[in-house]
Amino acid sequence: MAEHLLTVRGLTKRFGSNTVLKDISFQVERGEVIVVIGPSGCGKSTLLRCINALEPIEGGEVLLENDVVNPGGKNLIELRQKIGMVFQSYDLFPHLTVLKNITLAPMKAQKRKKAEVEAEAMALLERVGLKDKAQSYPRELSGGQKQRVAIVRALCVHPELLLFDEVTAALDPEMVREVLDVMLNLAATGKTMIIVTHEMRFARAIADRVLFLDGGDIVEEAPPERFFTAPETERAKRFLETFEFKSVKARPATP
Amino acid sequence: MDLNTEVLTQYLPLYQKAAVLTVKIGYFGIVLAIVIGLFCALIQYHKIPVLRRIIAVYIEISRNTPLLIQLFFIYYALPKIGISTNAESCGVAGLAFLGGSYMAEVFRSGLEAIPPIQKESAYSLGLSPLKTMFHVILPQAVSISVPGFVANVIFLLKETSVFSAISLMDLMFTAKDLIGLHYNTIEALFLLVVFYLIILLPVSVLGSLLERRVRHAGFGS
Ligand SMILES: Nc1ncnc2c1ncn2[C@@H]1O[C@H](COP(=O)(O)OP(=O)(O)OP(=O)(O)O)[C@@H](O)[C@H]1O
Ligand SMILES: [Mg+2]
Repeated sequence: MAEHLLTVRGLTKRFGSNTVLKDISFQVERGEVIVVIGPSGCGKSTLLRCINALEPIEGGEVLLENDVVNPGGKNLIELRQKIGMVFQSYDLFPHLTVLKNITLAPMKAQKRKKAEVEAEAMALLERVGLKDKAQSYPRELSGGQKQRVAIVRALCVHPELLLFDEVTAALDPEMVREVLDVMLNLAATGKTMIIVTHEMRFARAIADRVLFLDGGDIVEEAPPERFFTAPETERAKRFLETFEFKSVKARPATP
Repeated sequence: MDLNTEVLTQYLPLYQKAAVLTVKIGYFGIVLAIVIGLFCALIQYHKIPVLRRIIAVYIEISRNTPLLIQLFFIYYALPKIGISTNAESCGVAGLAFLGGSYMAEVFRSGLEAIPPIQKESAYSLGLSPLKTMFHVILPQAVSISVPGFVANVIFLLKETSVFSAISLMDLMFTAKDLIGLHYNTIEALFLLVVFYLIILLPVSVLGSLLERRVRHAGFGS
Protein backbone atom coordinates (compact mmCIF):
# COMPACT_ATOMS: atom_id res chain seq x y z
CA MET A 1 0.00 0.00 0.00
CA ALA A 2 1.23 3.47 -0.86
CA GLU A 3 2.37 5.58 2.02
CA HIS A 4 0.21 8.65 2.45
CA LEU A 5 2.01 11.71 3.66
CA LEU A 6 -1.05 13.93 3.70
CA THR A 7 -4.67 13.04 4.18
CA VAL A 8 -7.40 15.66 3.81
CA ARG A 9 -10.73 14.24 4.89
CA GLY A 10 -14.08 16.00 4.64
CA LEU A 11 -12.48 19.43 4.89
CA THR A 12 -15.09 22.16 5.16
CA LYS A 13 -14.20 25.83 5.44
CA ARG A 14 -16.58 28.74 5.84
CA PHE A 15 -16.03 32.48 6.00
CA GLY A 16 -19.21 33.60 7.76
CA SER A 17 -22.05 32.23 5.66
CA ASN A 18 -19.81 31.72 2.63
CA THR A 19 -18.80 28.06 2.39
CA VAL A 20 -15.51 28.18 0.52
CA LEU A 21 -14.49 24.52 0.75
CA LYS A 22 -17.17 21.84 0.76
CA ASP A 23 -16.28 18.47 2.17
CA ILE A 24 -12.93 18.16 0.37
CA SER A 25 -11.10 14.84 0.55
CA PHE A 26 -7.87 13.73 -1.07
CA GLN A 27 -4.58 12.09 -0.21
CA VAL A 28 -1.02 12.81 -1.20
CA GLU A 29 1.63 10.13 -1.39
CA ARG A 30 5.22 10.73 -0.47
CA GLY A 31 7.07 12.05 -3.51
CA GLU A 32 3.92 12.99 -5.34
CA VAL A 33 3.40 16.36 -7.04
CA ILE A 34 -0.19 17.61 -6.95
CA VAL A 35 -1.22 20.62 -8.98
CA VAL A 36 -4.39 22.42 -7.93
CA ILE A 37 -6.04 24.54 -10.57
CA GLY A 38 -9.35 26.28 -10.83
CA PRO A 39 -10.99 29.64 -11.45
CA SER A 40 -10.22 32.64 -9.30
CA GLY A 41 -11.98 32.57 -5.97
CA CYS A 42 -12.66 28.83 -6.01
CA GLY A 43 -10.75 28.31 -2.78
CA LYS A 44 -7.24 27.21 -3.86
CA SER A 45 -5.38 29.53 -1.51
CA THR A 46 -7.80 28.74 1.28
CA LEU A 47 -7.15 25.03 0.79
CA LEU A 48 -3.38 25.50 1.16
CA ARG A 49 -3.87 27.76 4.17
CA CYS A 50 -6.05 25.15 5.84
CA ILE A 51 -3.44 22.46 5.21
CA ASN A 52 -0.89 24.23 7.38
CA ALA A 53 -3.47 25.52 9.83
CA LEU A 54 -3.26 29.20 9.00
CA GLU A 55 -7.06 29.07 8.90
CA PRO A 56 -9.36 27.31 11.37
CA ILE A 57 -11.65 24.80 9.67
CA GLU A 58 -15.33 24.13 10.27
CA GLY A 59 -15.34 20.44 9.48
CA GLY A 60 -13.20 17.44 8.61
CA GLU A 61 -9.53 17.03 9.30
CA VAL A 62 -6.03 17.39 7.91
CA LEU A 63 -3.56 14.65 8.77
CA LEU A 64 0.16 14.70 8.20
CA GLU A 65 0.95 11.03 8.40
CA ASN A 66 -0.97 10.30 11.61
CA ASP A 67 -0.87 13.73 13.22
CA VAL A 68 -3.83 16.08 13.12
CA VAL A 69 -2.89 19.55 11.87
CA ASN A 70 -5.21 22.19 13.27
CA PRO A 71 -4.90 25.68 14.75
CA GLY A 72 -4.30 25.48 18.46
CA GLY A 73 -3.60 21.77 18.15
CA LYS A 74 -0.68 20.23 19.98
CA ASN A 75 2.61 19.93 18.12
CA LEU A 76 1.40 22.52 15.65
CA ILE A 77 4.79 24.23 15.61
CA GLU A 78 6.64 20.98 14.93
CA LEU A 79 4.06 19.97 12.30
CA ARG A 80 4.40 23.30 10.51
CA GLN A 81 8.13 22.68 10.24
CA LYS A 82 7.22 19.61 8.22
CA ILE A 83 4.99 21.69 5.92
CA GLY A 84 6.77 24.42 3.99
CA MET A 85 4.81 27.14 2.25
CA VAL A 86 5.72 29.73 -0.34
CA PHE A 87 3.29 32.56 -0.98
CA GLN A 88 2.55 34.72 -3.99
CA SER A 89 4.72 37.59 -2.82
CA TYR A 90 5.96 39.83 -0.02
CA ASP A 91 6.68 37.06 2.41
CA LEU A 92 10.43 37.58 2.86
CA PHE A 93 11.33 39.45 6.04
CA PRO A 94 12.42 42.90 4.83
CA HIS A 95 14.57 43.71 7.87
CA LEU A 96 16.80 40.64 7.45
CA THR A 97 19.39 39.77 4.84
CA VAL A 98 18.73 36.89 2.48
CA LEU A 99 20.95 34.62 4.58
CA LYS A 100 19.26 35.62 7.85
CA ASN A 101 15.85 35.13 6.26
CA ILE A 102 16.84 31.57 5.50
CA THR A 103 18.59 30.73 8.77
CA LEU A 104 16.09 32.33 11.17
CA ALA A 105 13.68 29.41 11.52
CA PRO A 106 16.30 26.62 11.50
CA MET A 107 18.26 28.41 14.22
CA LYS A 108 15.47 29.84 16.38
CA ALA A 109 12.75 27.24 15.93
CA GLN A 110 14.82 24.11 15.35
CA LYS A 111 17.80 25.10 17.48
CA ARG A 112 20.25 23.96 14.85
CA LYS A 113 23.87 25.12 14.83
CA LYS A 114 24.60 28.37 13.03
CA ALA A 115 27.55 27.01 11.07
CA GLU A 116 25.64 23.99 9.84
CA VAL A 117 22.55 26.00 8.86
CA GLU A 118 24.57 28.68 7.09
CA ALA A 119 26.50 26.09 5.14
CA GLU A 120 23.27 24.48 4.03
CA ALA A 121 21.72 27.85 3.19
CA MET A 122 24.72 28.78 1.05
CA ALA A 123 24.64 25.45 -0.75
CA LEU A 124 20.92 25.87 -1.49
CA LEU A 125 21.43 29.47 -2.61
CA GLU A 126 24.13 28.28 -4.96
CA ARG A 127 21.76 25.70 -6.39
CA VAL A 128 19.26 28.42 -7.29
CA GLY A 129 21.99 30.73 -8.57
CA LEU A 130 21.84 33.29 -5.77
CA LYS A 131 24.97 32.64 -3.76
CA ASP A 132 26.19 36.20 -4.31
CA LYS A 133 22.96 37.62 -2.88
CA ALA A 134 23.36 36.10 0.59
CA GLN A 135 24.12 39.45 2.21
CA SER A 136 21.57 41.45 0.21
CA TYR A 137 18.29 42.69 1.61
CA PRO A 138 15.05 41.55 -0.05
CA ARG A 139 14.38 45.05 -1.46
CA GLU A 140 17.58 44.70 -3.48
CA LEU A 141 16.30 41.61 -5.31
CA SER A 142 14.10 41.19 -8.35
CA GLY A 143 10.75 39.48 -7.94
CA GLY A 144 12.05 36.22 -9.35
CA GLN A 145 15.09 36.29 -7.06
CA LYS A 146 12.85 36.94 -4.04
CA GLN A 147 10.71 33.94 -4.86
CA ARG A 148 13.76 31.72 -5.26
CA VAL A 149 14.96 32.88 -1.85
CA ALA A 150 11.52 32.17 -0.39
CA ILE A 151 11.74 28.62 -1.76
CA VAL A 152 15.23 28.13 -0.31
CA ARG A 153 14.02 29.49 3.02
CA ALA A 154 11.21 26.95 3.08
CA LEU A 155 13.58 24.13 2.06
CA CYS A 156 16.10 24.89 4.77
CA VAL A 157 13.60 23.88 7.45
CA HIS A 158 13.60 20.37 5.88
CA PRO A 159 9.86 20.11 5.25
CA GLU A 160 8.32 16.85 4.12
CA LEU A 161 5.63 18.63 2.17
CA LEU A 162 5.89 21.88 0.23
CA LEU A 163 2.93 24.13 -0.58
CA PHE A 164 3.19 26.71 -3.36
CA ASP A 165 0.48 29.32 -3.81
CA GLU A 166 0.77 30.94 -7.24
CA VAL A 167 4.38 31.79 -6.58
CA THR A 168 4.86 33.21 -10.08
CA ALA A 169 1.59 35.12 -10.37
CA ALA A 170 3.08 38.46 -9.33
CA LEU A 171 6.18 38.17 -11.50
CA ASP A 172 7.10 39.74 -14.80
CA PRO A 173 6.96 37.11 -17.56
CA GLU A 174 10.73 36.90 -18.01
CA MET A 175 11.19 35.97 -14.35
CA VAL A 176 8.57 33.26 -14.25
CA ARG A 177 10.81 30.68 -15.85
CA GLU A 178 13.67 30.91 -13.34
CA VAL A 179 11.26 30.19 -10.49
CA LEU A 180 9.44 27.39 -12.27
CA ASP A 181 12.79 25.76 -13.09
CA VAL A 182 13.64 25.63 -9.39
CA MET A 183 10.33 23.90 -8.74
CA LEU A 184 10.87 21.44 -11.58
CA ASN A 185 14.21 20.60 -10.02
CA LEU A 186 12.59 19.95 -6.67
CA ALA A 187 10.08 17.65 -8.30
CA ALA A 188 12.91 15.79 -9.98
CA THR A 189 14.57 15.19 -6.60
CA GLY A 190 11.39 13.61 -5.27
CA LYS A 191 9.98 16.37 -3.07
CA THR A 192 6.31 16.09 -2.18
CA MET A 193 4.52 19.21 -3.32
CA ILE A 194 1.10 20.76 -3.69
CA ILE A 195 1.22 23.53 -6.25
CA VAL A 196 -1.44 26.10 -7.05
CA THR A 197 -0.71 27.67 -10.41
CA HIS A 198 -2.18 29.31 -13.46
CA GLU A 199 0.76 28.20 -15.65
CA MET A 200 -0.96 25.41 -17.52
CA ARG A 201 2.01 24.08 -19.47
CA PHE A 202 4.08 24.02 -16.32
CA ALA A 203 1.26 22.23 -14.51
CA ARG A 204 1.18 19.62 -17.21
CA ALA A 205 4.94 19.13 -17.03
CA ILE A 206 5.30 18.86 -13.27
CA ALA A 207 2.10 17.24 -12.02
CA ASP A 208 1.61 13.62 -11.12
CA ARG A 209 -2.01 14.43 -10.51
CA VAL A 210 -4.23 17.43 -11.15
CA LEU A 211 -7.00 18.53 -8.80
CA PHE A 212 -9.51 20.79 -10.50
CA LEU A 213 -11.29 22.88 -7.90
CA ASP A 214 -14.45 24.82 -8.65
CA GLY A 215 -17.04 26.28 -6.29
CA GLY A 216 -15.29 24.72 -3.31
CA ASP A 217 -15.46 21.17 -4.69
CA ILE A 218 -12.90 18.92 -6.29
CA VAL A 219 -14.69 18.66 -9.60
CA GLU A 220 -12.12 16.54 -11.35
CA GLU A 221 -9.05 14.61 -10.28
CA ALA A 222 -6.88 13.10 -12.99
CA PRO A 223 -3.35 12.56 -14.28
CA PRO A 224 -2.20 15.63 -16.22
CA GLU A 225 -2.22 14.02 -19.67
CA ARG A 226 -5.82 13.01 -19.34
CA PHE A 227 -6.91 16.22 -17.65
CA PHE A 228 -5.39 18.54 -20.21
CA THR A 229 -6.25 16.54 -23.32
CA ALA A 230 -9.55 14.95 -22.42
CA PRO A 231 -11.17 16.56 -19.36
CA GLU A 232 -14.23 14.63 -18.28
CA THR A 233 -16.34 17.38 -16.81
CA GLU A 234 -17.96 20.25 -18.64
CA ARG A 235 -16.66 22.75 -16.07
CA ALA A 236 -13.05 21.66 -16.54
CA LYS A 237 -13.47 21.88 -20.31
CA ARG A 238 -14.79 25.41 -20.07
CA PHE A 239 -12.03 26.41 -17.68
CA LEU A 240 -9.30 25.07 -19.95
CA GLU A 241 -10.85 26.85 -22.94
CA THR A 242 -10.23 30.20 -21.23
CA PHE A 243 -6.52 29.58 -21.80
CA GLU A 244 -6.94 29.02 -25.54
CA PHE A 245 -7.01 31.73 -28.13
CA LYS A 246 -8.73 31.27 -31.48
CA SER A 247 -6.88 32.74 -34.41
CA VAL A 248 -8.34 35.91 -35.80
CA LYS A 249 -6.17 35.92 -38.90
CA ALA A 250 -8.94 34.58 -41.13
CA ARG A 251 -11.29 37.39 -40.15
CA PRO A 252 -12.65 39.32 -43.13
CA ALA A 253 -11.41 42.88 -43.38
CA THR A 254 -13.80 45.37 -41.86
CA PRO A 255 -14.76 48.34 -43.98
CA MET B 1 19.02 93.15 23.56
CA ASP B 2 21.31 93.86 26.48
CA LEU B 3 22.25 90.80 28.45
CA ASN B 4 23.90 91.32 31.76
CA THR B 5 26.71 88.76 31.75
CA GLU B 6 27.21 89.07 35.46
CA VAL B 7 23.64 88.01 36.04
CA LEU B 8 24.04 85.19 33.54
CA THR B 9 27.08 83.73 35.28
CA GLN B 10 25.36 84.10 38.61
CA TYR B 11 22.29 82.21 37.39
CA LEU B 12 24.14 79.53 35.46
CA PRO B 13 24.66 77.02 38.30
CA LEU B 14 21.00 77.22 39.25
CA TYR B 15 19.98 76.42 35.69
CA GLN B 16 22.47 73.60 35.48
CA LYS B 17 20.96 72.01 38.56
CA ALA B 18 17.47 72.48 37.21
CA ALA B 19 18.45 71.03 33.83
CA VAL B 20 19.82 67.92 35.49
CA LEU B 21 16.53 67.48 37.30
CA THR B 22 14.52 68.00 34.11
CA VAL B 23 16.66 65.47 32.24
CA LYS B 24 16.49 62.99 35.08
CA ILE B 25 12.72 63.11 35.37
CA GLY B 26 12.37 63.21 31.61
CA TYR B 27 14.58 60.15 31.25
CA PHE B 28 12.78 58.00 33.81
CA GLY B 29 9.37 59.21 32.71
CA ILE B 30 10.06 58.43 29.07
CA VAL B 31 11.59 55.02 29.77
CA LEU B 32 8.48 54.13 31.76
CA ALA B 33 6.30 55.55 29.00
CA ILE B 34 8.02 53.26 26.50
CA VAL B 35 7.39 50.22 28.70
CA ILE B 36 3.75 51.17 29.23
CA GLY B 37 3.32 52.01 25.55
CA LEU B 38 4.78 48.72 24.34
CA PHE B 39 2.65 46.76 26.80
CA CYS B 40 -0.55 48.57 25.76
CA ALA B 41 0.26 48.27 22.07
CA LEU B 42 0.82 44.51 22.32
CA ILE B 43 -2.45 44.02 24.23
CA GLN B 44 -4.34 46.02 21.63
CA TYR B 45 -2.61 44.35 18.69
CA HIS B 46 -3.54 40.93 20.04
CA LYS B 47 -7.06 42.16 20.88
CA ILE B 48 -6.91 40.61 24.34
CA PRO B 49 -10.44 40.85 25.75
CA VAL B 50 -11.22 43.09 28.77
CA LEU B 51 -7.62 44.34 29.05
CA ARG B 52 -7.88 46.06 25.69
CA ARG B 53 -11.03 47.90 26.82
CA ILE B 54 -9.30 49.09 29.99
CA ILE B 55 -6.37 50.25 27.94
CA ALA B 56 -8.61 52.05 25.47
CA VAL B 57 -10.12 53.99 28.38
CA TYR B 58 -6.66 54.79 29.75
CA ILE B 59 -5.50 56.05 26.37
CA GLU B 60 -8.53 58.31 25.99
CA ILE B 61 -8.11 59.79 29.47
CA SER B 62 -4.38 60.20 29.10
CA ARG B 63 -4.51 61.84 25.68
CA ASN B 64 -7.46 64.10 26.36
CA THR B 65 -6.39 65.69 29.63
CA PRO B 66 -3.51 68.15 30.06
CA LEU B 67 -0.37 66.97 31.80
CA LEU B 68 -0.89 69.72 34.35
CA ILE B 69 -4.21 68.22 35.47
CA GLN B 70 -2.68 64.74 35.55
CA LEU B 71 0.14 66.02 37.74
CA PHE B 72 -2.25 67.80 40.11
CA PHE B 73 -4.26 64.63 40.38
CA ILE B 74 -1.22 62.53 41.20
CA TYR B 75 0.24 65.15 43.52
CA TYR B 76 -2.80 66.25 45.47
CA ALA B 77 -5.43 63.54 45.03
CA LEU B 78 -3.43 60.35 45.44
CA PRO B 79 -2.12 61.15 48.94
CA LYS B 80 -5.77 61.60 50.00
CA ILE B 81 -6.37 57.92 49.28
CA GLY B 82 -3.22 56.89 51.10
CA ILE B 83 -0.73 56.80 48.22
CA SER B 84 2.06 59.11 49.22
CA THR B 85 4.30 60.64 46.61
CA ASN B 86 7.07 63.18 46.47
CA ALA B 87 7.30 65.80 43.76
CA GLU B 88 9.97 63.99 41.74
CA SER B 89 8.22 60.64 41.56
CA CYS B 90 5.05 62.56 40.77
CA GLY B 91 6.79 64.14 37.81
CA VAL B 92 8.01 60.77 36.60
CA ALA B 93 4.59 59.19 37.09
CA GLY B 94 2.81 62.04 35.34
CA LEU B 95 5.12 61.93 32.37
CA ALA B 96 4.82 58.15 32.16
CA PHE B 97 1.03 58.37 32.39
CA LEU B 98 0.87 60.89 29.57
CA GLY B 99 3.66 59.39 27.48
CA GLY B 100 2.41 55.82 27.81
CA SER B 101 -0.63 56.52 25.69
CA TYR B 102 1.29 58.44 23.04
CA MET B 103 3.88 55.68 22.81
CA ALA B 104 1.11 53.05 22.73
CA GLU B 105 -0.49 54.71 19.72
CA VAL B 106 2.82 54.93 17.86
CA PHE B 107 3.77 51.30 18.56
CA ARG B 108 0.28 50.02 17.79
CA SER B 109 0.16 51.67 14.39
CA GLY B 110 3.66 50.32 13.75
CA LEU B 111 2.48 46.80 14.57
CA GLU B 112 -0.62 47.16 12.46
CA ALA B 113 1.40 48.37 9.49
CA ILE B 114 3.10 44.97 9.17
CA PRO B 115 1.24 42.92 6.54
CA PRO B 116 -0.36 39.73 7.95
CA ILE B 117 1.62 37.64 5.48
CA GLN B 118 4.76 38.36 7.50
CA LYS B 119 3.24 36.61 10.48
CA GLU B 120 1.85 33.82 8.34
CA SER B 121 5.10 33.06 6.59
CA ALA B 122 6.91 33.02 9.94
CA TYR B 123 4.29 30.61 11.28
CA SER B 124 4.58 28.35 8.27
CA LEU B 125 8.33 28.19 8.84
CA GLY B 126 7.50 26.73 12.24
CA LEU B 127 8.29 29.76 14.37
CA SER B 128 6.17 30.02 17.50
CA PRO B 129 3.92 33.08 17.96
CA LEU B 130 6.33 34.46 20.56
CA LYS B 131 9.41 34.04 18.36
CA THR B 132 7.50 35.46 15.42
CA MET B 133 6.64 38.54 17.46
CA PHE B 134 10.20 38.90 18.70
CA HIS B 135 12.19 38.21 15.53
CA VAL B 136 9.83 39.21 12.75
CA ILE B 137 7.04 41.59 13.79
CA LEU B 138 8.56 43.76 16.54
CA PRO B 139 11.80 44.70 14.75
CA GLN B 140 9.81 45.88 11.74
CA ALA B 141 7.15 47.62 13.83
CA VAL B 142 9.74 49.40 15.94
CA SER B 143 11.54 50.70 12.86
CA ILE B 144 8.29 51.98 11.42
CA SER B 145 7.57 53.65 14.76
CA VAL B 146 10.85 55.57 14.94
CA PRO B 147 9.67 58.93 13.52
CA GLY B 148 6.58 59.00 15.76
CA PHE B 149 8.68 57.83 18.67
CA VAL B 150 11.22 60.63 18.26
CA ALA B 151 8.41 63.18 17.98
CA ASN B 152 6.94 61.83 21.22
CA VAL B 153 10.23 62.03 23.10
CA ILE B 154 10.62 65.67 22.12
CA PHE B 155 6.98 66.40 22.94
CA LEU B 156 7.34 64.80 26.38
CA LEU B 157 10.57 66.65 27.17
CA LYS B 158 8.84 69.90 26.31
CA GLU B 159 5.89 68.97 28.51
CA THR B 160 8.24 68.81 31.50
CA SER B 161 7.91 72.61 31.61
CA VAL B 162 4.70 72.22 33.62
CA PHE B 163 6.51 70.45 36.48
CA SER B 164 7.03 73.81 38.18
CA ALA B 165 3.33 73.66 39.07
CA ILE B 166 4.03 70.93 41.61
CA SER B 167 7.04 72.82 42.99
CA LEU B 168 9.63 70.75 41.18
CA MET B 169 12.73 72.91 40.84
CA ASP B 170 13.00 72.34 37.13
CA LEU B 171 14.07 74.86 34.48
CA MET B 172 10.71 76.61 34.30
CA PHE B 173 10.48 76.85 38.08
CA THR B 174 13.98 78.29 38.29
CA ALA B 175 13.25 80.89 35.64
CA LYS B 176 9.96 81.99 37.23
CA ASP B 177 11.59 82.06 40.64
CA LEU B 178 14.48 84.23 39.51
CA ILE B 179 12.22 86.63 37.63
CA GLY B 180 10.13 87.02 40.77
CA LEU B 181 13.19 87.64 42.90
CA HIS B 182 15.32 89.99 40.81
CA TYR B 183 13.21 91.10 37.81
CA ASN B 184 16.08 90.12 35.46
CA THR B 185 13.45 88.82 33.08
CA ILE B 186 15.54 88.86 29.91
CA GLU B 187 18.48 86.98 31.38
CA ALA B 188 16.22 84.44 33.08
CA LEU B 189 14.23 83.75 29.93
CA PHE B 190 17.34 83.69 27.76
CA LEU B 191 18.89 80.97 29.90
CA LEU B 192 15.60 79.07 29.92
CA VAL B 193 15.52 78.95 26.13
CA VAL B 194 19.21 78.06 25.92
CA PHE B 195 18.89 75.19 28.38
CA TYR B 196 15.83 73.74 26.70
CA LEU B 197 17.70 73.86 23.41
CA ILE B 198 20.72 72.18 25.00
CA ILE B 199 18.44 69.36 26.12
CA LEU B 200 16.29 69.07 23.00
CA LEU B 201 18.68 69.68 20.13
CA PRO B 202 20.80 66.56 20.73
CA VAL B 203 17.62 64.49 21.04
CA SER B 204 16.40 65.90 17.78
CA VAL B 205 19.70 65.25 16.01
CA LEU B 206 19.97 61.73 17.41
CA GLY B 207 16.40 61.17 16.34
CA SER B 208 17.09 62.15 12.75
CA LEU B 209 20.15 59.91 12.68
CA LEU B 210 18.06 57.04 13.99
CA GLU B 211 15.38 57.70 11.38
CA ARG B 212 17.97 57.65 8.63
CA ARG B 213 19.45 54.44 9.96
CA VAL B 214 16.20 52.52 9.95
CA ARG B 215 15.34 53.85 6.51
CA HIS B 216 18.59 52.31 5.33
CA ALA B 217 18.04 49.04 7.11
CA GLY B 218 16.34 47.44 4.17
CA PHE B 219 12.69 48.32 4.25
CA GLY B 220 10.11 48.57 1.54
CA SER B 221 9.00 45.62 -0.55
N1 LIG C 1 -10.12 36.08 5.07
C1 LIG C 1 -11.23 35.92 4.33
N2 LIG C 1 -12.41 36.39 4.78
C2 LIG C 1 -13.54 36.23 4.06
N3 LIG C 1 -13.60 35.60 2.87
C3 LIG C 1 -12.46 35.12 2.36
C4 LIG C 1 -11.21 35.25 3.06
N4 LIG C 1 -10.24 34.68 2.32
C5 LIG C 1 -10.85 34.21 1.22
N5 LIG C 1 -12.17 34.47 1.23
C6 LIG C 1 -13.14 34.08 0.19
O1 LIG C 1 -12.97 32.70 -0.06
C7 LIG C 1 -13.10 32.43 -1.42
C8 LIG C 1 -11.89 31.67 -1.90
O2 LIG C 1 -10.74 32.49 -1.81
P1 LIG C 1 -9.30 31.96 -2.22
O3 LIG C 1 -8.38 33.09 -1.97
O4 LIG C 1 -9.05 30.68 -1.56
O5 LIG C 1 -9.48 31.74 -3.77
P2 LIG C 1 -8.39 31.33 -4.85
O6 LIG C 1 -8.90 30.11 -5.50
O7 LIG C 1 -7.06 31.25 -4.22
O8 LIG C 1 -8.47 32.54 -5.86
P3 LIG C 1 -7.29 33.21 -6.72
O9 LIG C 1 -7.05 32.31 -7.90
O10 LIG C 1 -7.87 34.51 -7.13
O11 LIG C 1 -6.09 33.34 -5.84
C9 LIG C 1 -13.32 33.73 -2.12
O12 LIG C 1 -14.68 33.88 -2.39
C10 LIG C 1 -12.87 34.77 -1.12
O13 LIG C 1 -13.64 35.92 -1.25
MG1 LIG D 1 -5.29 32.39 -4.38
